[in-house]
Amino acid sequence: MSVPRYWRGIKYHYRLIGSECLSCGKRYYPPRKVCPICHSRNLRDVKLPERGKVLTFTVIRVPPRGYEKYAPYVIAIVELIDGTRVLAQLTDIEPEEVNIGIEVEAVLRKICENGEEGIIQYGIKFRPVFT
Amino acid sequence: MRRVAIAGIGYTKIGELWERSLRDLFVEAALKAMDDAGVDKVEALYVGNMMSGSLQEQEHLGALLASHIGRPGIMATKVEAACASGGMSLHQAYLAVASGLYDMVIAGGVEKMTDKLTPDVTLSLAMADDREYVVYSGATFVGLNALIYRYYMHKFDVKQEDIASFAVYMHENACNTPYAQYRNPIKLEDILRSPFIADPIHLLECAPISDGAAALVITTLDRAKKLTDTPVEIIASSAATDYLSIHERDDILTLRATVVASKEAYGQAKLEPKDIDLLEVHDAFTILGVLALEDLGFAKKGEGYLLVREGEIARDGKIPVNTMGGLKARGHPVGATGIFQVIDATLQLRGEAGKNQISKAETALLQSTGGVGGTVVIHILKRRD
Repeated sequence: MSVPRYWRGIKYHYRLIGSECLSCGKRYYPPRKVCPICHSRNLRDVKLPERGKVLTFTVIRVPPRGYEKYAPYVIAIVELIDGTRVLAQLTDIEPEEVNIGIEVEAVLRKICENGEEGIIQYGIKFRPVFT
Repeated sequence: MRRVAIAGIGYTKIGELWERSLRDLFVEAALKAMDDAGVDKVEALYVGNMMSGSLQEQEHLGALLASHIGRPGIMATKVEAACASGGMSLHQAYLAVASGLYDMVIAGGVEKMTDKLTPDVTLSLAMADDREYVVYSGATFVGLNALIYRYYMHKFDVKQEDIASFAVYMHENACNTPYAQYRNPIKLEDILRSPFIADPIHLLECAPISDGAAALVITTLDRAKKLTDTPVEIIASSAATDYLSIHERDDILTLRATVVASKEAYGQAKLEPKDIDLLEVHDAFTILGVLALEDLGFAKKGEGYLLVREGEIARDGKIPVNTMGGLKARGHPVGATGIFQVIDATLQLRGEAGKNQISKAETALLQSTGGVGGTVVIHILKRRD
């Protein structure tokens, strides 16, 4: 990913900022400008909660170009405590330890590198909550 | 709106065709379709293709391929809607002829996937989803379908074997399909023993990486009747979209675009699911075959797997599905796949399906799916003698 393209998304990728519709209250990640539910254009950035639970998950064993050295890794849909859903990697957990329903929290981690000279990409992953 | 029909079909073999380029494949399919229809003049060319930009570093396929089929000058364009590019190519051709703007057009599709290595193809396929927020995470296209698969088994308490065995039927059908990529039978045990690509999806539940091209000559029903004894009318053509990414959808087990587009198509054709003799569904993964049976109205939500378990999708079942082998075994050259579905169904409707011919084949419904249901195109075809 090019530097300007990466740079434009930093706020949303590092801080889990989504959108909230000021007309109907629906929240979205990634952010958007128009609400598909009520068609309002009146949306604002909102910091999403960092805790949630795993709705469903998979283990990526054949990764795309750029992610080869991280496989196998877990991709999950996380339902945050406000009901917003995010698709992200799980971390600090082995694939065989993951189950539907486990509680997780957001952390900032390295996502991948773009070769030897390219940018190192960071973003949100989710790790198990230890209680 | 004028009535529209298929007057000719042409296609290549599907497989890892190392010696043949994208243009070689498309030219073969397009010329065969024109020969089949017995026409020399076409006014427009639609080329369904998803990944020529990333895999061949080649765009502008419309002009390129129009000139290579020997017809520079005609209207020509690439049509892209991820894995539904083929279905969308036909939808555009249908609109062009139905509207009266053109009388004779080619709706084609082509994908040349073996020009790059698997990690590159994996990334290219994932471009069907949101590059900046979903593919960014390291998700693959197989992985996104695996998220649905696991949740389906969890929510409806379904055993994997009742979904995975969809692929057994596909291979059985493809054994008799001369142009299929995999003409070998497989057993359920083979599938469940094959390695995971993205758990719970096994290798043998995935459509392959394929090269291939297919083309149709599309004209008015009146012209088609003069050109051929076996015209196939397109009695419905519809398309719908959904949120691109599954985590944005309230119900991740329903491909809403399939529901919306098929409802529209049934309305256009004035038919119901019970009137359909055979289905072509987009089984890029076994779970997508099961969801299609539900979303097209052939089973209730959460019960599509029963049609698989009870053998009702077989050629002699209640609703024959993918009688020539589907994406899984006939093959999945992405941009051509939606057109290959039309080829498969047209051979059945014409009575030219050989050993796979089903006894009653008058009306067929086809589902061409882009991404994880971000786009769905539905066509209903009917034989007109």
